[in-house]
Amino acid sequence: MFGDYSIGDLGSIFVMQGFAGLILFSVYVLMALGLAIIFGQMGVINMAHGEFMILGAYVTWMTSNLFQAYLPGLFAGYFFLAMILAFVASGALGMLVEWVLIRHLYKRPLDTLLATWGLSLMLQQAYRSVFGAREVGVELPQWMLGSLQVTSSIEVPINGVFVMCLTVLITIGVAYVMYKSRWGRQVRAVVQNRIMAGAVGINTEKVDRYTFGLGCGIAGVAGSAFTMIGSTGPTSGQLYIVDTFLVVVFGGAASLLGTIASAFSISQTQSTLEFFMSGSMAKVLTLLAVVGILMLRPQGLFALKVRK
Amino acid sequence: MTDNRFFNRSELIGILMLAVLLVVVLPLTLDVFRLNLVAKYLTYAFVALGLVICWGYGGILSLGQGVFFGLGGYCMAMFLKLEASSVENTKIQSTPGIPDFMDWNQITALPFFWKPFNSLTFTIAAIILVPGIFALIIGTAMFKRRVGGTYFAIITQAVAAILTILIVGQQGYTGGINGMTDLRTLKGWDIRPDHAKIVLYFFEVGCLFVCIMIAQFVRHSKLGRILVAMREKEDRVRFSGYSVANFKIFAFCIAAVFAAIGGAMFALNVGFMSPSFVGIVPSIEMVIYTAVGGRLSILGAIYGTLLVNFAKTGLSESFPELWLFGLGGLFIAVVLAFPNGLAGIWGDYVQPRIDRLISSRKSKPDGGWTDSSVADGAPAE
Repeated sequence: MFGDYSIGDLGSIFVMQGFAGLILFSVYVLMALGLAIIFGQMGVINMAHGEFMILGAYVTWMTSNLFQAYLPGLFAGYFFLAMILAFVASGALGMLVEWVLIRHLYKRPLDTLLATWGLSLMLQQAYRSVFGAREVGVELPQWMLGSLQVTSSIEVPINGVFVMCLTVLITIGVAYVMYKSRWGRQVRAVVQNRIMAGAVGINTEKVDRYTFGLGCGIAGVAGSAFTMIGSTGPTSGQLYIVDTFLVVVFGGAASLLGTIASAFSISQTQSTLEFFMSGSMAKVLTLLAVVGILMLRPQGLFALKVRK
Repeated sequence: MTDNRFFNRSELIGILMLAVLLVVVLPLTLDVFRLNLVAKYLTYAFVALGLVICWGYGGILSLGQGVFFGLGGYCMAMFLKLEASSVENTKIQSTPGIPDFMDWNQITALPFFWKPFNSLTFTIAAIILVPGIFALIIGTAMFKRRVGGTYFAIITQAVAAILTILIVGQQGYTGGINGMTDLRTLKGWDIRPDHAKIVLYFFEVGCLFVCIMIAQFVRHSKLGRILVAMREKEDRVRFSGYSVANFKIFAFCIAAVFAAIGGAMFALNVGFMSPSFVGIVPSIEMVIYTAVGGRLSILGAIYGTLLVNFAKTGLSESFPELWLFGLGGLFIAVVLAFPNGLAGIWGDYVQPRIDRLISSRKSKPDGGWTDSSVADGAPAE
């Protein structure tokens, strides 16, 4: 499959496809960051994670429509507000779900899978009833369209670079919160030993609720980024949920660095392969490779060594 | 069936009641169309039955049962499709004698892996062996490395996703998203008319009871007790000298083979097979049938499958908007309030009262069970 291209061409193809995969990478990283917190840290299998992402996408779509209708002058900057709103909306829904549903199930991880799957079905139907079954697309402001010409054969899409930068910022923020702040220390304490954490005076219920909310909020931001690569429909989230779980498991469930590395390798493999073969075969090959590696190395790329 | 070691009295009554319901009551009360629907639902009951052993007793949650259902179904469908695409049936194609979807996709010769499916014997062997060996490979790779619980669930889910994408993408070899349609005859016997549907229904019920017997046998044998012990405290079983991985692989394989038989029955009874029964969504739905029926109850899984499917057909016919809310709510309710499903409710609330009735009046409890099960199926009428 490489035979028809010269070395220089191949180099350009890899770089271009690499940048084309940037948005996919950002969506994976943001989705997986949220899931790494919820699944990796808390042990909850959140099958509704894709629906939290889609909520963020719908919020972005509504914000863009509002700006177009009432504030056309500020349309260039709507995306920043949309991301914040997406975070707040998904995070609030996440906290509500934690309070109603998840907190009863911490001791039964496999059952959280079934319950959140039921939740995802209900959310999908809710989106369908509210927003309609048709997929909606978001109009991007002028400055995000187009691409930067780097060399004669390499072009970089601006929205990809923008989303990428935001992803890096959010990732750094999450890493800081989880590993440097007092609150992050409490989260990790609760995860490692709920009873002892409670005994030393940490309000474990509150920590759980905010942690779950944070994970869902980040999924909402992922939904904002997602509007740039695809149109949003009630079931779009379901397409990403398996990929996201694979990203988290492949990276090593409790490791943020591993999550990023695995999101990078999976999204880049997929988008590079897509140039050479049909999209579905690229996906099959990527997933097969991931599952194959996981069978040989079940603990993922970066596993924490924990004494059990 | 007479080997009393594998049944206690109430189980025997339960199995007999199910037999009366499936063999006598339903065929007498339902028209052929509804009976064929029941046949379709019962194909899922095979999967649910496998999940009782694998998930209920073994504690291994597989979210990829659709894979095995699909493999079995596709094996059967390939045989039926080849028989339906004989040279005289397909003489308008540019290459007569190959399935229609291959012709549409500019394939001019039968691919090599299709050729053995001209033989019924090979097909029946493949229905059991292909999914069995596939499960053996996945199970060995995962359980020997002590991957379990949530990780196993996620990886089986990924396998389901891969197989679906592969089937949809390779349209020329698999029929793509439409699947294999227009299946006509089995060894020259037309499977489409009403009387054939009835024969196929009874054949399916027969197979289901064979599988129930196997499940009963596994459950009451030492093997079943080791599975339960493993679910409760894996390390202790391992330290007692049992090879935990092998037992898990066995449970997983048996569930896979049951699912595959269900898939083959699906192709026969419903007359087509498509990737929409392979992927993640159908796989998880099958887990729900088991959860609703009661993950620890062999008979409960079958009633659960029938009930959820009747509710699904009834609700989606009259209130398509509400159906997903209903299904989602059912999931959450079962998990939060009734972890042991219908069988748990039966065992906790209904059975004790019946027992009390028997001890006071010495009358037969059969009436209550049959009535309630038929009434449960009523929404579809």
